[in-house]
Amino acid sequence: MKRANDLLLKAVIKVAVLIILTFSINLFFSGHHHPGGGFIGGLGVSAALILLFLTYDIETVTENLPFDFKIMGAIGVLIAVGTGMGSFLFNAPFLSQTYGYFHLPVFGETELATALLFDLGVALAVIGSSVTIILSISEDE
Amino acid sequence: MNNALILLIIIPLITGMVLIIFRKKIVFHRVASAAALLVTSIISLILIYQVKTKGIQSLQLGGWEAPFGISFVVDMFSALLLLTTSLVAFACLGYAFRSIGTEREANYFYPLYLFLITGVYGSFLTGDLFNLFVCFEVMLISSYVLLSLGGTKIQLRESIKYILINVLSSSLFLVGIAYLYAVVGTLNMAHLSARIAEVGQDGVTTTVSLLFIIVFGLKAALFLFYWLPGSYSAPPTAIGAIFAALLTKVGIYALFRTFTLIFYHEPQITHLLLGIMGVATMVLGAFGAIAFSDIKRILTYNVIISVGLIIAGLASYSLIGITGSINYLVHDMIIKALLFLIGGTIISLTGTDKLGEVTGLIRTHPYLGWMFFIAALSVSGIPPLSGFLGKVFITKGTFEAGYYWLGGVGLMTSLMVLYSVMKIFMNAFWGETNLSQEMEKGTTKGVMFPIVLLTMLTVLLGVGAEAMQPYVKIAADDLMNPLHYIHAVLGSNSLQ
Repeated sequence: MKRANDLLLKAVIKVAVLIILTFSINLFFSGHHHPGGGFIGGLGVSAALILLFLTYDIETVTENLPFDFKIMGAIGVLIAVGTGMGSFLFNAPFLSQTYGYFHLPVFGETELATALLFDLGVALAVIGSSVTIILSISEDE
Repeated sequence: MNNALILLIIIPLITGMVLIIFRKKIVFHRVASAAALLVTSIISLILIYQVKTKGIQSLQLGGWEAPFGISFVVDMFSALLLLTTSLVAFACLGYAFRSIGTEREANYFYPLYLFLITGVYGSFLTGDLFNLFVCFEVMLISSYVLLSLGGTKIQLRESIKYILINVLSSSLFLVGIAYLYAVVGTLNMAHLSARIAEVGQDGVTTTVSLLFIIVFGLKAALFLFYWLPGSYSAPPTAIGAIFAALLTKVGIYALFRTFTLIFYHEPQITHLLLGIMGVATMVLGAFGAIAFSDIKRILTYNVIISVGLIIAGLASYSLIGITGSINYLVHDMIIKALLFLIGGTIISLTGTDKLGEVTGLIRTHPYLGWMFFIAALSVSGIPPLSGFLGKVFITKGTFEAGYYWLGGVGLMTSLMVLYSVMKIFMNAFWGETNLSQEMEKGTTKGVMFPIVLLTMLTVLLGVGAEAMQPYVKIAADDLMNPLHYIHAVLGSNSLQ
């Protein structure tokens, strides 16, 4: 079944993955005020990863990206729930959020929101679970 | 605002996620999951105390006021069920330590178990119909995996049936939610209740409520129970016990919540239909319990009978009937777990679940035998054990409502329940001992603790019924007066 060294596919994928990853990160950050967010950003990243898995084989990719995606998913959920629990410290209801404006060196005046951390957790959970699903379907026997 | 509500969901969820990260540390898995369930038991005790002193507690997630945000609500009914769930889950977990096997333990048994409990807690706590759907799915997806974990032939066969029927009922659930949203324009249960009370429950709303009867009936094994006997007897004992104790009860809880809080204006249609389905459930379940002669089948059909009886209390829609149902619901969660654990122990000892092949276990295992005897009396409602009070109240409630057929069938099936469990007791424990201790396939070592714990609970619940009644009374009062719930959730918005 495995195609031997499909040069064209590999050449296209190298560029395409870069574009997809950039677009996903853009989606992730724009999610705070515009359409996008952790879920769709995470799905974009996992689409890029799955393209890599399709083009190269699983061994090559896991050698270069040595993550256990199950653990990544679990950490994502922990981050998401953990940011929700942060509101316990301020005696606010679970999942309360806040934001503020900060002056950062490169970006200038930037809005930072706690919802971003929650979204990061969601993104990791989505990447972890979707890649795990695809990988376990692709395994034979 | 009361953040303790959400802790019940967070604690098992977080513990499960941490366990996934440390997959290889089995001892840590055991300790952490037991600790998580102990902590949730304590929190549910605190919630019971808070509800008793301060009334129904609610939490609006993220500070978004109801009906715009997602509400979590705990009244006495759900608080009692939360506590019972925690205790039963703790006992079944203890049974799993010795019986579930390292293979399953290494393949995420404990995290999945905790996610199942998360879903159950969530279903009891949520105040939003769509959120109820989500929590059902959390519970169901975990149960799919637990059911098929291990991958024996019978498990896979039953998993397919179980998944198909549940996917069907979940999609019907979504359709029902969509209809309801189209008609009423909200999904917050308190808001739904207020709005339907305002404009009246017209034909369309009643029709949608019938769809919910089908959906929750499928989950609760109310009349539509044909998937249940196979799928509850396929997995290992600890998993079968927690399924029997909790899963159908969540469906029953949803029926109680929707048909006391939202669709309570046309009881002559909806509640009568529930009563008819309850009678059919009890009669068909009793046939099954009498007809079969293997332990697991008899016990699963007993699960079905009790569903019919609990719904009979709801069908009567009277204070006393609902009081009986709450009593019986708490009792039934404990006793079904206990019966399944003892039945599973007998099967693992003898290596067979056919009655009549093994007799005289009482000589080699006297404690197990007598505890089964207590459980058998309790499940059929013999005083002073815990099933008695609930049955009396349910029967009284149905008689008061004029549904004599309903109460009558309930009493008749109690006799059949007694017959079916006594059949197990007499066949397995009486007679000549034909299985010496050397020939036994399994051991009772290490699995007796959860059985003793649950037996003590059922005896305590029976003897100490008087102490529990004030709490049950609060629960039944709140169920019969939807305004309490609405005020607790919507607060000052409740007039809009």
